[in-house]
Amino acid sequence: MTRLLGSGSLVVALGVAIYAALALLAGARRKRTDLLRSGELALYAVWGLVTTATLSMVYALVSHDFSVKYVAMVGSRATPLFYTVISLWGALEGSILFWIFVLTSLSALVTYQNRDRQGTLVPYAGGVLMMISIFFLIMLVGPANPFGLVSPTPADGPGPNPLLQNHILMGVHPPLLYLGYVGMSVPFAFGIGAVLSGEIENDGWIRLTRKWSLVAWMFLSAAIIAGMWWSYEVLGWGGYWAWDPVENASFIPWLTATAFLHSVMVQERRGLLKLWNLNLIVATFALTILGTFLTRSGVLSSVHAFSEGPIGRYFLGFITIVLISSFALVAGNSERLRPTGNLDAAVSRESVFLLNNLFLTAFTITVLVGTLFPLVAEAIRGVKVSVGEPFFNRMTLPICTALLFLMGVGPALPWRAASGDVVKRQLLPPTVVAVIALVVSLVIGVRSPYALAAFSFGAFALAANAREFIDGAAARRRAHGESPPVALARLVGGNRRRYGGYIAHLGVLTVTLGIGASSTFRAEREATLKKGETMAIGPFTVRLDDVYRRDEPQRMVLAAGVTILKGGREVGRMEPRMNFYPTQDQPVPTPSVRTRPAGDLYINLQAFAQDGSNATLRVIQEPLVPWIWAGGMIVVLGALVSLGAGLKERLPARAAVRAPAAPRPATAALEEAAR
Amino acid sequence: MSNIQGRRKAAVAVAVVVIVAAFAFLLYGNIDKNVVFFLTPQELLSRGPAAYDVPVRLGGLVQAGSVKWDPEKLDLRFVVMDSGGQSVNVHSTGAPPQMFRDGMGVVLEGRYHRDGVFQATELMVKHSNEYRKPEHGERPKDMYKSLVKGAGS
Repeated sequence: MTRLLGSGSLVVALGVAIYAALALLAGARRKRTDLLRSGELALYAVWGLVTTATLSMVYALVSHDFSVKYVAMVGSRATPLFYTVISLWGALEGSILFWIFVLTSLSALVTYQNRDRQGTLVPYAGGVLMMISIFFLIMLVGPANPFGLVSPTPADGPGPNPLLQNHILMGVHPPLLYLGYVGMSVPFAFGIGAVLSGEIENDGWIRLTRKWSLVAWMFLSAAIIAGMWWSYEVLGWGGYWAWDPVENASFIPWLTATAFLHSVMVQERRGLLKLWNLNLIVATFALTILGTFLTRSGVLSSVHAFSEGPIGRYFLGFITIVLISSFALVAGNSERLRPTGNLDAAVSRESVFLLNNLFLTAFTITVLVGTLFPLVAEAIRGVKVSVGEPFFNRMTLPICTALLFLMGVGPALPWRAASGDVVKRQLLPPTVVAVIALVVSLVIGVRSPYALAAFSFGAFALAANAREFIDGAAARRRAHGESPPVALARLVGGNRRRYGGYIAHLGVLTVTLGIGASSTFRAEREATLKKGETMAIGPFTVRLDDVYRRDEPQRMVLAAGVTILKGGREVGRMEPRMNFYPTQDQPVPTPSVRTRPAGDLYINLQAFAQDGSNATLRVIQEPLVPWIWAGGMIVVLGALVSLGAGLKERLPARAAVRAPAAPRPATAALEEAAR
Repeated sequence: MSNIQGRRKAAVAVAVVVIVAAFAFLLYGNIDKNVVFFLTPQELLSRGPAAYDVPVRLGGLVQAGSVKWDPEKLDLRFVVMDSGGQSVNVHSTGAPPQMFRDGMGVVLEGRYHRDGVFQATELMVKHSNEYRKPEHGERPKDMYKSLVKGAGS
């Protein structure tokens, strides 16, 4: 029953989505309101049908209906409820179902939010979103159907991949990633919609696009950090980033989206980079699809590669269609995307944004080349190769340094042109801070040029961004006599977009500090201890107390009881484990992490003697690791503060759209002057 | 006027070409230096002296009876072989994965040295993420029930 409801909803959704796409596109082209209205309703219906299918799947999972193919693949009676529900995205078919659920939800939300907007931008965008939905629905009805029948019905299933049911972050990272990835479809749809509707020539569409890019970027940022955190807490190697193709797949669109969020300001303020921005939107979307192809098709072997089916070819075909049609569309309209302003001076905020985009593009190309090279080498020369981490580090660390520098220079420089005096006044204090940071780093023994560059340029950017808050609040305090917290709150509240951006900068710098410190000052020791024996690392002494077994419903746990001593005093107990799942011949390492603001103590159980007499432990001391996760949260906070600005803008913006658009040069000039 | 603008455009174009070329050169040079080949023992041995001291990934099966693990010194030695019968001695420091056993597929990252020993810096057990029923004779459940005898709670 559940099976029929689910697969039936998907088939009907495919038909309705085709109708919705045709009705919206044709209705927008011929300006037929009746078609547009029915297309809009069809779009909501697609959302309802997909939601029904998704809920059917959740119900099938929770009720252990093993006649459903997907449940038979990932379900098991012994799996705890939480991991049963989240196994919705634990394998290929379910993850595509979840993808289309997010996509149609966003489509419905965008359409509903802008239901009163005049012009054909939104219907065209809705049509584009429905076209994307059609692709994913075809996959779900065809090669990746999760509702297939299993006969005879098995009594029990194998349960989700152990790596995916070993940590609570598996309930966090994938949904965030989907919201980020799928969210990038919305700016893409608006970009294409703007070209198709002719609204590309006035800048109204860019406000919508910017807001949605920021929303998707926020989720993607959070997802990347959560993925790092998961890898750190689960995989047992004590690291969080290895330039693994799967990590890169989420990082590459983040880079282009970050470039867009900066360069779009140049378009809004100065009328430059219009063509470039549209290309960035298209590229970001194409890169999310490429990322999905890389991680879902089985061309890479990793925890994300679920199977080697025909999925890959569908994705490649889809990417080709997206790239050819959108770049053809953009190129055909390039005349209408000519800049309406000039770059006045080499030293100005817009030129910093230009450089920022140049470096982010180089960053994107580097990571993309390093990720795709093994695939190309295997396809062309038939050799199996991988690109080593040194490639990524040596290529990207100088780029990161340049970006840190620009992150400090950008906020300090005015638009249009900066005089030598302004440059000196603005950049001198951060430079002093940078030199102090450099000296301090040298004194405490940092010798790696990369780490020195990261710490000093990071301090430079930190000082420059923090100064915006300090100086701004101080000025308010002088002018209005406000207390420091009130002044700071009103400063941020008065220009949420700008200060939200600076808060995001501070978050990125916090992440940088965490990564720099934890990779520079990492200490690691591995030893085999008998019960009662100890080993020392940094200020800590680690003592093995016991090795024991514990049976849990869905798994068996083998654990080492460890006591942590500092200065002869007991400060804590830790329990690194190995979890044995009945369907896997290899145990899943489950490191134990003791987190303090100053850093983590990380213990992984590497091996143990069969008689329980000893255990081999890897102990890692990593300073400031939690700052990476905290920095990610600050980035999200910054994005939320910026988005708050959009809420205030929306009401007057809507009124302005309805009113006849009479040119008001006097007020426009005044507004420009006020900036 | 137009002449100056034309010259400016040409200068920008030249600068762009130079930057792109330099970047491509850097990219190519670095990738060339950091490509790690994935080889079987036979492919490694057939490379002759060119195989020495460069980072490679070596994939094969653990030869039966070859594993020597000293937990005190964290010293691990074994032989990895391929289906063609070619084999390479491997040395690594650090604990082997639990349930490391004869005949299992492994991927090793490291360098092959002139003394004929492959020094592994990383040892990965090759196992698929696909769910499959345990084959005859390998029931993991039975296997790990026997672990830590008497220490079970």
